[in-house]
Amino acid sequence: MVGGNLVREPETYNDYVVRLFLMAAAVWGVVGMSLGVLAAAQLAWPALNFDVSWLTYSRIRSNHTFGVIFAFGGSALMGTCYYVVQRTGHTRLALEKLAHFTLWGWQLACLLAMTTMPFGITQSKEYAEPEWFIDLLIAVVWVSFGVVFFATLARRRIRHIYVANWYYGAFIIAVGLLHVVNNLALPVSLFKSYTIYTGAVDAMVQWWYGHNAVAFFLTAGFLGMMYYFVPRQAEQPLWSYRFSIVNFWALISIYMWAGPHHLLYSALPDWVQSVGMAFSVILLMPSLGSAANGLLTFNGSWHKLRTDPVVKFMVLALVFYAASTIEGSTMAIKSVNSLSHFTDWTIAHVHSGAIGWVAMITIGSLYAMAPRALGRPAMHSMRAMNLHFWLHITGLLLYLTSMWAAGITEGVMWRATNPDGTLAHSFLASLIAIQPYYVIRVAGGMLVLSGMVVMAWNLWHTASDARERLIKPIVVPIPEPEPLQVPAPLPATR
Amino acid sequence: MGLRYEHLEAIEKHAAKLGVLIAVMVAIGGLAELTPIFVQAHSVKPAPGVRPYDALRLAGRDVYVREACYQCHSQMIRTLRFEVERYGPYTTVADSVYDRPFQWGSKRTGPDLARIGGKYSDEWHRLHLLRPRDLVPESNMPNYPWLGERELDGRDIQARMRVLRRLGDPYTDAEIEDAPDAVKGRTELDALVAYLQGLGAPPAVPGVEDSR
Repeated sequence: MVGGNLVREPETYNDYVVRLFLMAAAVWGVVGMSLGVLAAAQLAWPALNFDVSWLTYSRIRSNHTFGVIFAFGGSALMGTCYYVVQRTGHTRLALEKLAHFTLWGWQLACLLAMTTMPFGITQSKEYAEPEWFIDLLIAVVWVSFGVVFFATLARRRIRHIYVANWYYGAFIIAVGLLHVVNNLALPVSLFKSYTIYTGAVDAMVQWWYGHNAVAFFLTAGFLGMMYYFVPRQAEQPLWSYRFSIVNFWALISIYMWAGPHHLLYSALPDWVQSVGMAFSVILLMPSLGSAANGLLTFNGSWHKLRTDPVVKFMVLALVFYAASTIEGSTMAIKSVNSLSHFTDWTIAHVHSGAIGWVAMITIGSLYAMAPRALGRPAMHSMRAMNLHFWLHITGLLLYLTSMWAAGITEGVMWRATNPDGTLAHSFLASLIAIQPYYVIRVAGGMLVLSGMVVMAWNLWHTASDARERLIKPIVVPIPEPEPLQVPAPLPATR
Repeated sequence: MGLRYEHLEAIEKHAAKLGVLIAVMVAIGGLAELTPIFVQAHSVKPAPGVRPYDALRLAGRDVYVREACYQCHSQMIRTLRFEVERYGPYTTVADSVYDRPFQWGSKRTGPDLARIGGKYSDEWHRLHLLRPRDLVPESNMPNYPWLGERELDGRDIQARMRVLRRLGDPYTDAEIEDAPDAVKGRTELDALVAYLQGLGAPPAVPGVEDSR
C-alpha cells in the first residue's frame, strides 16, 4: 500500500454521553428528593395537598419513588456503566448513536412518566406505575442499553471481564426480564390498561418484580459502581477478587427467590411465604460478603477517611448496605414481619437502603468520576463536598430514627390487647402517636435535599470547562498485545 | 477441588457465555415460585353466583386505582389474631379474583379497607372522601373534592368491560349493554362509595360467601 501517511486519530473514550447522564442524575436527584420532601410534609400537614388533584399525596408519592429510583438512580447507573465498561475494557463505547438514543430515550421516558402520573395516568403497580405506552418506550431503551453494553464488552481489549461489568450485566438482563413480565397489560385507551394478572397471581408477580427491582436495580447495579469506584478511590486492589465472584453468583441466584417476604401472613400459599423467608435469610451471606469486600478494600487507605469526602461517602454507603441488609433479612422473618409490615419501619428500611446505600455510593462515585469526565483535576469545591456529606448523614439519621420510632410505635399499638382480648388502641390513636415523627422526618428529608442542591451547584462549576468545550477527550490506553494469556493466577486471598 | 481456574476462565473471558449464564441463574427462582402459583390460580374457580364488579363498582374500583389509594390503605387482613380482631375475617385468595391490579397494599397510613363495606353509611363516605377532617379531625388523609364534580362516561365503562372480558372476566352482553344506563348521571364519588360499600360485604364481592 502507498505511503505510511495513514494518519489515524487516536481512539478516545466517549465521555460526552457519560457527562450528560451525570448532569441528568444531578437534576433528577434534586427533583425526586424535592417531591419526597413534599410528600413527607403532606403526611405531617395535610393542608399541603392544597385540594389540587395533581399535587395530592397519593399521586405525588409515586412520582417521588419513580423520580429517585429510575430517573436519578437510572441515569447515574447508565452513566457510570458507560464510563466503567470503557475504562475496564480499554475501548471506546460501541454503537454510539444507539448510546445517545439510550440517553435521550431514558430522559424522555422519565419525563413522560413524571408528567403523566400526577394526572392519574397510572397502573398503580408499586414501582411500575407508568402506563403501557411509556413501558414500551422503557423496554426499547432498555434493550438498546443492553446492546450497547454487550457490544462494548465484545470489542474490549482486556480479555478478562472485570467484575464490575458482571454486576452491570446482571442488572441489565434481570431488569429487562422483570420489566416485561410485570407490565404485560391490555390497553383500553392510550391512558388506561388492565394487567393480565389478577389478585394473588398479580400480587406474586408484582412482588417478584418489586423485590428484584431492589435486587437488580438498587443493589446489583450499584454494586457494579462500587466494584469499580471503591478500589479506584482507595487506590488499593479489591480485597478479594475471588470473593467478589462467589458473592456475585450467590447474590443473583438467591435474590430472585426472596420476593414473597413482602406478602407474609397474606392470602398467598404458605409454602411460597416460607420459601421466600428462608431465601431472604440466606441472602444475608452474599450481601454482607459484598459489603465486607468493599470495606476491606480500604485496608491501607483508612487515613483517607479523614481527608477525602468521597471516601467518607463510600465507606458510609457500604456500612449502610450491610446494616440495611441485616435489617431486611430480619424483617423477612415471619414473626418480626408481623410487627413491622404495613408500618413506617418498612419506610425506614427502604430509606436506609436508598439514602444510605444507593444515594451515598452514587454521590461518592459521581464525585470520583465527575472531574475525570469533565476534564478537571478535582471537583470545584472540596468544602462543598464535605458540607454535602454532613448534611446528608445528619438528614439520613433524622429520617431513620424518626421512622424506626414511628414504625415500632405503630406495630406495638396495633397488636396490643387488653387482658380480656379486646384491642387496646384505635387505629387513629397510632396515627396521633406518630405525628411528631412525621415532622422530624420532614426536617431530615430537607437536609438530604439541601445536600443534593450543594452537589448540583458544585457539579455546575466543575463543568465550566466542559460547557465551553475546552476539554480534550481522553485517549484510550492501548494495551500491549498478549498472544495468549497464561491463566493468570487469581490474586491470593489475604 | 475439581474446579480449576480454566473452568471459570470460559465464563470470565466470554461476554456471551456470561450473559447467558446470568439469564439462567436469575430465571430459576422466579420460575420455581411463579409457575406453581399460575397453575394453582387457574384451578381456582369463583364460587357459584359470584359475578365480577358491576358497572358502577367497576368505575369506582378504577377511581380507587387511579388515585392510588393502596399507598395508604391495604386490603389484606393478615392471618393474625389482632388483625382479625380489628378488621374482620382474614382475607382469602377468593376476595381478589377480579382485582386488576391487586389492591393488597404495602403500607397502612390509614386503616385496612378489605371489609370496610357496610361499616359506615354512604353519606359518611361521601363527606369523608370530600373533606376527611370534617369527620375525623386528626386524620392526615387528603381531601378529594374533584370526585364529586366528575360525571362517569358510560361508553368508557363499556370499553373497559369489553377489555376485561377479553382478559377472562365473565361479563355478559347484557351487562355491557346496560352499563351506560347504570352509570348515567352518577359521579366518580358515587362510584367510589359503591365500590367501598361492596368491599368484603357478601355477596357483592366475589368469593366472600365461603364458610365464614
